Amino acid sequence: MDILRFATAGSVDDGKSTLIGRLLFDSKAIFEDQLEAVERTSRDRGTEYTDLSLLTDGLRAEREQGITIDVAYRYFATPRRKFIIADTPGHIQYTRNMVTGASTADLAIILIDARKGVLEQSRRHAFLTSLLRVPHLVLAVNKMDLVDYSRERFEEIRDEFTAFASKLNVGDLTFIPISALNGDNVVSRSENMPWYLGTSLLHHLENVHIASDRNLTDVRFPVQYVIRPQRATDPAFHDYRGYAGQVAGGVLKPGDEVVHLPSGLTTRIASIDTFDGPVEEAFPPMSVTLRFEDDIDISRGDMIARPNNQPSAAQELEAMVCWMADGLKLTPRSKLMIKHTTRTARALVRDLHYRLDVNTLHRDEEAGSLGLNEIGRVSLRVTQPLFVDDYARNRMTGGFILVDESTNGTVGAGMIIDAR
Amino acid sequence: MLQRDYTTSQLDVLEAEAIHIMREVAAEFERPCLLFSGGKDSIVMLRIAEKAFWPAAIPFPLMHVDTGHNFDEVIEFRDRRSAELGARLVVASVQDSIDQGRVVEETGRRASRNRLQTTTLLDAIEEHEFDAVFGGARRDEEKARAKERVFSFRDDFGQWDPKNQRPELWNLYNSRIRKGEHIRVFPLSNWTELDIWDYIRREGIEIPSIYFAHTRKVFERDGMLLPDSDVVVRGDDEPLFESVVRYRTVGDMTCTGAVQSVAATIEEIIEEIAATRITERGATRADDRASEAAMEDRKREGYF
Repeated sequence: MDILRFATAGSVDDGKSTLIGRLLFDSKAIFEDQLEAVERTSRDRGTEYTDLSLLTDGLRAEREQGITIDVAYRYFATPRRKFIIADTPGHIQYTRNMVTGASTADLAIILIDARKGVLEQSRRHAFLTSLLRVPHLVLAVNKMDLVDYSRERFEEIRDEFTAFASKLNVGDLTFIPISALNGDNVVSRSENMPWYLGTSLLHHLENVHIASDRNLTDVRFPVQYVIRPQRATDPAFHDYRGYAGQVAGGVLKPGDEVVHLPSGLTTRIASIDTFDGPVEEAFPPMSVTLRFEDDIDISRGDMIARPNNQPSAAQELEAMVCWMADGLKLTPRSKLMIKHTTRTARALVRDLHYRLDVNTLHRDEEAGSLGLNEIGRVSLRVTQPLFVDDYARNRMTGGFILVDESTNGTVGAGMIIDAR
Repeated sequence: MLQRDYTTSQLDVLEAEAIHIMREVAAEFERPCLLFSGGKDSIVMLRIAEKAFWPAAIPFPLMHVDTGHNFDEVIEFRDRRSAELGARLVVASVQDSIDQGRVVEETGRRASRNRLQTTTLLDAIEEHEFDAVFGGARRDEEKARAKERVFSFRDDFGQWDPKNQRPELWNLYNSRIRKGEHIRVFPLSNWTELDIWDYIRREGIEIPSIYFAHTRKVFERDGMLLPDSDVVVRGDDEPLFESVVRYRTVGDMTCTGAVQSVAATIEEIIEEIAATRITERGATRADDRASEAAMEDRKREGYF
């Protein structure tokens, strides 16, 4: 059984909470005491139906205001897969939450109300999904029951969205007509839409092929931690020196020739160690410890790659940045901390080329700053080389966060383009 | 071409993620510690720590906030496991906090030291200058926890501000804090109760005996089975009876209920959990039943 992480975008009005509630309920991930609590609260508030959004809106302020203010993570499993849902609110002010949820997602579900069609919000969600390079996108056209399960309406929405998506980087796009309230095409195929020949949403989630989404081509191993036992659990390990980290790309094997960055020195992998014994290969997302044949000075923040396939050692970065700070703005000359893989450095914003309108994709080249939830293309100069790939090629070596040194807040998320 | 599709099982993915989080903390903080209660989640967390730094010893101490109302079997397990690993165990005692006048003992039938633990915990974090504290909390446990970050920032009063959390993207965690502040770190955030049990089975990890079915004198209160003990105040209308029970969670005796069960092996426990229709906290924790936002309120104050 593997894991599928997916993000859901949409507002309460689109039936997103109802959809999640149904997936959880039908997969038996909602328990009786949770359902009873929700039923009790619904009754207390005079709601006529059981408001499944109460299951996902966990914070007091959310329940008081009837809104979702943060990413909520939900879990369910079927015999085929374990699922992690990053449930993100849909309002424009919560772009940063959608970006957060999408950053680790294998798949995103965008909900559209069949009566309303493709809205500005739907386009924004699709753009963010493509910006974060979520490999699979599902457009769930919901409330089909309210448009008489009309094939024409579904196809109209599908064609409009397809035209828009052609401007984006969407790898795999699937359209599913559903009614979350009635359960049509959610867990099983609906008898109300015989014209729809595709699978149910859950069937799609269970079967979408994600193993190839990882980069298994370019070997990238950011060194996270040096293991040198001072109090070895066994005296045999007295001279042990291993380099621990999580594989960010490629497949590593003992005997492979590798290059250490920044030194450029080459060596071979002597062994790939784990607590459970040495392994014959390591690939994403495994956390392992490497030992090398030669004694090279290696520290946290360094990178292991293959001599003929190296990331760029860059001090000048071009990136799309989503700004996440309330109050503080990103402007040319802003100084920030940058964290990229296991390396932290200082960064100076050299230029803001444009601010992107996430609804129209219009580029405003006159913009002088990025505020909360705004996205733009920036040039950064970094105090020490970062070992980077294009975000489109590898999300782990192409993404970074920006931290404000005065507040210590995480103020931005960046995706590298044009690594050189 | 690749010989196979390199799929990874859910437990391997969760383990790799948790190891990454632990190493990140060890690399970026000066004085981390790991909360170890002897409960199943912290036992799994401890195994992950063992794996993350092997063959080196775990590079931080363990800490237990001891209410003085814990099960003997669990305390014995806690001490034995820490000794086996050669780990330093810091015990922060709620009784000490009471004796020093930091907190006042609750009275009456529903008296519990559960809420008092927060003061003891925060005092110990301050005293030992811990800057990162590993906790075994999972997001599937409770809806306030579903929204908490893996690296959860606490101000210098130890408080959590759910509306002002740091965005968390990819596997990049922001560890920057000022002196006096700390980060609660939850490496098992994405695990479910069933994942924990599957992992315990897979790894062959020992757990305290009270997780397995045994005969115990209990009484019923609010649909929960509480144990017969000197520290649990029982009314005359709450008669004792013998029952075959086990614990789904392990906490303070005054607020942790047993469930009727004959599951005597890990396999039987997993079967039981997979079929159950009640959450573990709903079945066993009086502390979460107090109000809809009980956990959120305690977390804001600095609870685990």
